[in-house]
Amino acid sequence: MPLWTLYGIRHGIATNPWPDGGDADVQPGVLGLPRFQPERCQENCRACADVCLPGAIGIEVGTKGERLTLDYGKCIACQLCTESCPTDALMKSTDWAFGVPTREDLVWADALASKPAQELKKNIQRCFGRSFHIRHVDAGSCNGCESELQALNNPYYNLHRLGIFFTPSPRFADLLLVTGSVTYAMREPLLETYNAMPEPRWVMAMGTCAVSGGATGGGYSCAHGVEGILPVDMYVPGCPPNPAAMIHALLLLLNRATQLVRGGHYAK
Amino acid sequence: MRPTLERRLQPRAVPEACEQLVEAGARLQMAYAWFPKPGEPAEVIYLANKAAHEPFPLLRCRLENETEQLESLATRIPLLGWYEREMIDLCGISFKGHPELRRLVLHEGAHPLLPPLDPRYPKDTIIPYVSEPWDLPPIHGSDVQLLPFGPVRADVLESAQIVFYYIGEAILHCHPRLFFKHRGMEKRFEGLSPALGVLIAERISGVDSVAHALAFCQAVEAASQCVIPARARYLRSILAEMERLYNHLHYLGHLCHTTTLKVGEAQGKLLAEQCKQLNGVFTGSRFLRGLLKPGGLRRDLDLRALPTRLRAIEPTITTYMQDLELTNSHLDRLITTGHLPYQTAFDQGATGPIKRASGIERDLRHDHPYAAYDQFAMKIPLRTEGDAHARVQVRMEEIHNSIDLILRAVEEMPEGPVDTEISSPAGEEGLGWCEGPRGSIYYCVHFDPLGKMARVKVKSASFSNWRVFPFTVHDTNMMDYAINEASFGLTMAGCDR
Repeated sequence: MPLWTLYGIRHGIATNPWPDGGDADVQPGVLGLPRFQPERCQENCRACADVCLPGAIGIEVGTKGERLTLDYGKCIACQLCTESCPTDALMKSTDWAFGVPTREDLVWADALASKPAQELKKNIQRCFGRSFHIRHVDAGSCNGCESELQALNNPYYNLHRLGIFFTPSPRFADLLLVTGSVTYAMREPLLETYNAMPEPRWVMAMGTCAVSGGATGGGYSCAHGVEGILPVDMYVPGCPPNPAAMIHALLLLLNRATQLVRGGHYAK
Repeated sequence: MRPTLERRLQPRAVPEACEQLVEAGARLQMAYAWFPKPGEPAEVIYLANKAAHEPFPLLRCRLENETEQLESLATRIPLLGWYEREMIDLCGISFKGHPELRRLVLHEGAHPLLPPLDPRYPKDTIIPYVSEPWDLPPIHGSDVQLLPFGPVRADVLESAQIVFYYIGEAILHCHPRLFFKHRGMEKRFEGLSPALGVLIAERISGVDSVAHALAFCQAVEAASQCVIPARARYLRSILAEMERLYNHLHYLGHLCHTTTLKVGEAQGKLLAEQCKQLNGVFTGSRFLRGLLKPGGLRRDLDLRALPTRLRAIEPTITTYMQDLELTNSHLDRLITTGHLPYQTAFDQGATGPIKRASGIERDLRHDHPYAAYDQFAMKIPLRTEGDAHARVQVRMEEIHNSIDLILRAVEEMPEGPVDTEISSPAGEEGLGWCEGPRGSIYYCVHFDPLGKMARVKVKSASFSNWRVFPFTVHDTNMMDYAINEASFGLTMAGCDR
């Protein structure tokens, strides 16, 4: 019979040291949300908006004529806009760590807002920095986000090493991590789970469906994500966000990582 | 509907025709309804499959008026029971003599003003819902305890509720309440162009993205009678097998989790992670999304380095599976657990590795080849034991087959374009199918006169297997439940849609 303990030891450590060491890029080649350079836009071109299923790209008619609007909170990273853009104003990128504490930070803005990004609760790192417990609720996802959340506990990401744990009971949870666009049937279980959590408590909307509904919001059975149902402390778009982006968002909430996106602009 | 063998019938002739199909060796696959014209009565469609390489028989009947009742076939062809209940909930069709006239897809307490799939249902109007007491089967006895488990379950799991009636350790009855995650995905296709429809198909079940997108694309291509280039067909087969590979490896790891074989769990999930990373490196998406489109692929892929990377992890996969098969503590929990006999599997509609573990030798890749599967001789892994262990063994063999197939396909892949223009499928209908990691997936796509989609019916593998699963739970014990559920490898998203 195989000696599994020996087997485990023989195979050595499989965990990637990121983000405490090693290369930041733990997901080579994985396409993220498109990069936007509006100065390259052609006039009266709507190629990208026409192929944007969740309506992340829109046209705003203002005093200075038509203007493209881009909301990463609705983007499902399908890459259709980058393929239809004739001038590379929208380009494929590997940008993934888009976790933000305010929803507006996912909306592309002409100029960066001058006010400093909202400081998260300062005590969070002192109190929860090394012992943070998550209760996950699937409020109607495609199982893509769950698949990546499950991956967080595989040996490669090994979330435990960062002092972050999934817990079965909301009574022990600090963070409610919600995936899915919130179906009519999951709304009540979601609220009950939140109400069962002790304070202080935080809510993270994981994946584009939970942030804004994405490709599965609305219709006869879904809301448009968690907003308006629960107070959201962290938004993580992506369809699904890859495990590294999930870890980044969790660390960002704990003040252990820096926010990479403000006003839709990516700063690496 | 292309490419089926179609018969139009009067509604009252349907039961007899279905039974004749079954007597002739066919197996019903699904039934659904749609409304060809807003405000007019629905049309109900039954799809079956026969022996390998024979066209799919399809029966269709138009109701004469909105109140006309169809005769329920659920007592004679049990697997149709859920499809009929789905039609009752979503399309407002009524059936005479249905043995389980309870809500299925919509929950008790959901009261839409119109059936949601009726074209007149107002856009973006969420169903009014107030929670009502559940319609649970009455079971009496002072020793019988009731345990509602879910919908928020321990661990990172999809939402579903399993209601157990049990005495001590013994499960008397198990009553799954599903469809908490019903997102109305079929309706989301309506009015879209095929190019955008594929994005919806990819999001019906995230871990079956390729399988769903492939079945959808093939349905559109059937409707517009488009033949896709050879290179695209090879790439599609490779993508479908890459999907099977990471799913099956995750399955083995998760099963070890339920039998508490910790290192086995870690190793299985690490291998699944490595396969997902290969997906990312070679296709840009860990879930192989954003690649398929009606007419072929959205872009060509350079897979020349894939065989080397795959061969590098293949020995580890092989050793891992051999070791699992030698671990008594693991096997003790699997052998004889969750027994599914051949007849139950057949009657209740089991699909994929589940049916192949119960002795049903069917695989769409072999029986009705699509993509490039006609280029590769395939042996269908088959077991007759019908227990959790048989389900594992079928998947293990499929892992080997998938690796072989990927390696051969990359080597033999022809050069050339990867997409072709599709002609407008205005007014046409098409059927597409795919053998996903969890079983057969069918898409029926109906187009309106403008070439937009008017109705898309999705038959997912997990919908079929969730129907079957409770039959293996009754009269077993609580200790084995989690193992049995894991051995089915079900998803909620695919089932609930």
